[in-house]
Amino acid sequence: MSKPEKLLDKKGLRLDGRKLDELRPIKMEVGVLSNADGSAYLEQGKNKVLAAVYGPKEVHPKHLALADRAILRCRYHMAPFSVEERKSPAPSRREIELSKVIREALEPAVFLEYYPRTAIDVFIEILQADGGTRCAGITTAALALADAGVPMRDLVVACAAGKIEGKLVLDLMDLEDKYGEADVPLAMMPGINAVTLLQMDGSLTLEEFQNAVKMAMEGCKQIYEEQKKALRARYIAIKEAINE
Amino acid sequence: MISSIVSKVKQKQIAQLVANRKRIDGRGLTDYREIKVEAGIIERAEGSARVLLGKTQVLVGVKIDIGEPFSDIPDQGVLTVNAELVPLASPTFEPGPPDENSIELARVVDRGIRESKAIGLEDLCITPGKKVFVVFIDVYVLNHDGNLIDASALAALAALLNTKIYNYELKDDEIIRKPGYKPLPIRNYPIAITFGKINNQLIVDPWLEEEQVMDARLTMTIDKEGNICSIQKGGSGYFTTQQILEAAKIAKERATELRKLVVET
Repeated sequence: MSKPEKLLDKKGLRLDGRKLDELRPIKMEVGVLSNADGSAYLEQGKNKVLAAVYGPKEVHPKHLALADRAILRCRYHMAPFSVEERKSPAPSRREIELSKVIREALEPAVFLEYYPRTAIDVFIEILQADGGTRCAGITTAALALADAGVPMRDLVVACAAGKIEGKLVLDLMDLEDKYGEADVPLAMMPGINAVTLLQMDGSLTLEEFQNAVKMAMEGCKQIYEEQKKALRARYIAIKEAINE
Repeated sequence: MISSIVSKVKQKQIAQLVANRKRIDGRGLTDYREIKVEAGIIERAEGSARVLLGKTQVLVGVKIDIGEPFSDIPDQGVLTVNAELVPLASPTFEPGPPDENSIELARVVDRGIRESKAIGLEDLCITPGKKVFVVFIDVYVLNHDGNLIDASALAALAALLNTKIYNYELKDDEIIRKPGYKPLPIRNYPIAITFGKINNQLIVDPWLEEEQVMDARLTMTIDKEGNICSIQKGGSGYFTTQQILEAAKIAKERATELRKLVVET
């Protein structure tokens, strides 16, 4: 995709007509895969993300097991057809880094000490990407963990804020990320004011950064409500199935 | 990997000290260990530097090569950062392809340099779309005693500052070397400042034992204007909003001090 002439129009609206502090339309569904212990699907703008959780289960290879807690393993992976130019299916350096930071974003939420000597595997597949996929991946993975019945301190939810044409914006899409001035992805547990992932690239003054963090957190809180709705819908569906 | 029993005893000791605003090696919570920078120590490399951060030792070599530009930015040079956690540097480093730790290290160093626009990549184009200079920054960890990110970022900047490119002439698209060199164009001086969180307290420049017990890590890279140009949170703990904002303020102050070690102003 080539560089658009302007990222903001005369009215200050964004390329897809959003206001500066507006999220993309978001849709979530919990329990979408029958083999996984927990799973979830999310659409956020053009992002389409699938996450599955397997475990707690036996650890292979065995030497990785920890005596006092479970290990959490995480794979963030983009489908070859998820982006404009085909991406090699082999994990890139970017994907390896993101797998690490996503794992570290989810770890603080999970009561790993409840399941010593086991592994919990989290798989995140980006089926279509349009910016902010690490955040969408975390939001989806947290739902899949909850669906698997893994006890957590809170749901983890993620959202980015950033800067385009001098203005702070919420939930950047690909073009805004690429041609904007800064991107601040943030994940948190809203219930306990805990930031579990924070990254940034670009350039922000201290004050801008402070406001970007605030804005990203507001975005997180909105998505958090959607997460809870999606989980509730899943439980109602299960309850109805049992009653039938 | 240190066994979890040892680290639990140590965790208690270190955490108790931090609660009293003390550290095991006598530093204040936001103090760095002693830092030494030796520039230009590998003659074969176009640029190099070794940084000693306490007992942590990182060597960075810069090689300049000619290659193809990225198709979406055909008129700019290419920057590549790689990090090797060399097995001689720590009993926990294994030979083999880069693991997630060395990839993360390289990418954090890369982002600091790239996002602050430290290298004038637009001046490294030879023939647009065809030939550009490629700047290879290789981070070589020689002794791991904690906070590899800050040591590597500082060594990378110090190495870039003494990197030279040979003079050349273009004849029928062929590059002909001419005598003499000119310095690599450097536009900004990004400095990485890393925090650990122990006992819900922020500490700066965690060394190895503190790294083994800390809950989470936060790196902020500050450019010469005092703006933040890259952030990376690591570790399986979390930070509160207040801690993040406090870290940003401390990072800005510390970056100014560290920058003086490599840049004369």
